[in-house]
Amino acid sequence: MNDFLQHILNGLSLGSIYALIALGYTMVYGILQLINFAHSDVYMMGAFASYYVAMYLGIDRQPGLSTLAILLGSAMLACALLGLAIERLAYRPLRNAPKLNILITAIGVSLFLQYLAQAVFGADPKVFPQVLHNETLFTVGAVEVKTLDIAVFAVTILAMTVLNFVIYRTKMGQAMRAVAQNMRVAALMGVNPNRVISITFMIGSALAGVGSVLVGMKYPKIDPLMGTMIGLKAFVAAVLGGIGNLPGAVLGGLLMGFSEEMVVAYWSSTYRDALAFGILIVILIFKPAGLMGRSTTEKV
Amino acid sequence: MIIRRCLGFLVLSAVLAPQFGCTKRNKNEIVIGHYGSMTGAEATFGKSTDDGIRLAVEETNAAGGVKGKKIRLITMDDQGKAEEAAAVATRLIEQEKVTALLGEVASSRSLAVAPIAQKKKIPMITPSSTNPRVTEMGDYIFRTCFIDPFQGLVMAKFAYENLKLRKVAVLSAVNSDYSMGLSKVFVEKFTGMGGEIVADTSYQSQDVDFKAQLTQIKSKNPEGIFIPGYYTEIGLIARQAAELGLKVPLMGGDGWDSPKLYEIGQENINGHYFSNHYSNESTDPVAVEFMNNFKKRFNKPPDGLSAAGYDAAKVLIKAMVNAPDLSGPALRDAIAAIKDYPGVTGSITINEQRNAVKSAVVVQVQGTTNKYITTINP
Repeated sequence: MNDFLQHILNGLSLGSIYALIALGYTMVYGILQLINFAHSDVYMMGAFASYYVAMYLGIDRQPGLSTLAILLGSAMLACALLGLAIERLAYRPLRNAPKLNILITAIGVSLFLQYLAQAVFGADPKVFPQVLHNETLFTVGAVEVKTLDIAVFAVTILAMTVLNFVIYRTKMGQAMRAVAQNMRVAALMGVNPNRVISITFMIGSALAGVGSVLVGMKYPKIDPLMGTMIGLKAFVAAVLGGIGNLPGAVLGGLLMGFSEEMVVAYWSSTYRDALAFGILIVILIFKPAGLMGRSTTEKV
Repeated sequence: MIIRRCLGFLVLSAVLAPQFGCTKRNKNEIVIGHYGSMTGAEATFGKSTDDGIRLAVEETNAAGGVKGKKIRLITMDDQGKAEEAAAVATRLIEQEKVTALLGEVASSRSLAVAPIAQKKKIPMITPSSTNPRVTEMGDYIFRTCFIDPFQGLVMAKFAYENLKLRKVAVLSAVNSDYSMGLSKVFVEKFTGMGGEIVADTSYQSQDVDFKAQLTQIKSKNPEGIFIPGYYTEIGLIARQAAELGLKVPLMGGDGWDSPKLYEIGQENINGHYFSNHYSNESTDPVAVEFMNNFKKRFNKPPDGLSAAGYDAAKVLIKAMVNAPDLSGPALRDAIAAIKDYPGVTGSITINEQRNAVKSAVVVQVQGTTNKYITTINP
């Protein structure tokens, strides 16, 4: 029973990180029907940005809430700017080109960022600063709940609440939803689609920045290829939840985290990824549009 | 018209090709190639090894070189990828015309290059690939370190006899030849001695979350965990084991040997054990001299992989001195005949399987230095 509780806790904290990154994929897809493969590398850049900020300020050995706030802020800012730059320089010129061209560009941007980071930061893994003291907050049964677990979960919830507010309670959010439904009609109603798209990229990328700091403090080893696997899993989580659907991305991320955890716990660690992805394939066979996605007929 | 122009180009390139083929070829030097992970997730492996090789080459050149010729070392980065290792090794052989190859640390990469070296009859010495299959690839492939069965045996013996453990869990990297090789032998030997393996789990290299496996291991109450992985993951594993309240000794192999191990794992990695090629606390005069020279040259203490790289290069140079000429077959025979060479990592004798027969040390992690615990002989 204690093991089961521990597995639940592990799955929850892993899943909430997947969820944060999945949100970035799903937001961009919702608006542009573009799978932004560079998203996972924006996430990696966020980790490096906060790493260098911590080094520069000399706070890499001073854990505390202020450190957490500074690192989150710097990662979000860096990622938002990078997301904006990528959208402006790489995707906007191709806005009217066939979708496939943007997709290929996205893969190109992703590889560019990976190898740029290897050249600039070096490929050797770096040790992420200690962000919080990791103490036992309380115990449930024999399971110790640590500061980091709570912090990851709390920051994730906070980020999602803010996102929810922005999208459903602000004018910009309304504009985003309008552009997602129909870009041309939204433009006719006085919405500037380019601006909305830029802001969507910035918000999605900032979420990746949050994710990068959370991963960095939980697994303090960062390297230029750190985004690849986690990005792939977050992308699958977004598809599983129904790509383009925000609550779906969160649900997909959590499911992904749990299924990985449970496969290792009660099945086989060797086949973890194979089985975890296998489960997802089965779900997608029965719900092709994802768990919360609406199935729409393609207009030909 | 177009055809004629093409023909002209072909003729021109045929005339020019030989000149292009042997640019920068200097008859007064011997070129040896090193391929290693200078970048990538395991970059400290390649760099440490390269430092060791470089020191050996510089010392030899300072003493007048081999057969009146200076040695030129060409190092190429394989980014820690097997396919890249094959590509750069081909380039070293075909374009740089190396006399011999040194490399790699990771067995997966050595395995990718060995068939190429064998086919081209270029002797290759791996300083620290411990997977047995590496030297089975052919009679041009040698190693100057021990092999996985031995490292697995060393740690099984150490766990059973020195630490007196009876129930041990195993956590290995499923996509690493090295890791799987070590755990296979460890499990065989440990159970053979009367111990019990309570959990046999695995992870993928590049994973960052090991809590599922560690939670499962914890539920089986082992007295120790054998984790023959690479340092990049071990630091995180040690951290997460501590977070879960697993307070048993962790044990591993030479893949742990990197300054990054402590940087990532912090105090959580202290007190755990791994088998290695050599210890910094060795009092052997050859080792002491090497440590002093290395510190003078690179301003840092050598790790085990630097020592292994140094030995591999020295063995190669010794064979070059002994060989009647530097052709592939002659050099191969000279390497195969190496006997009782006093290396930094111990006395090296190449056996019939082209592996070095030598002892291993077990060290305990204490900050960035490792404390010598015991030497285990073959």
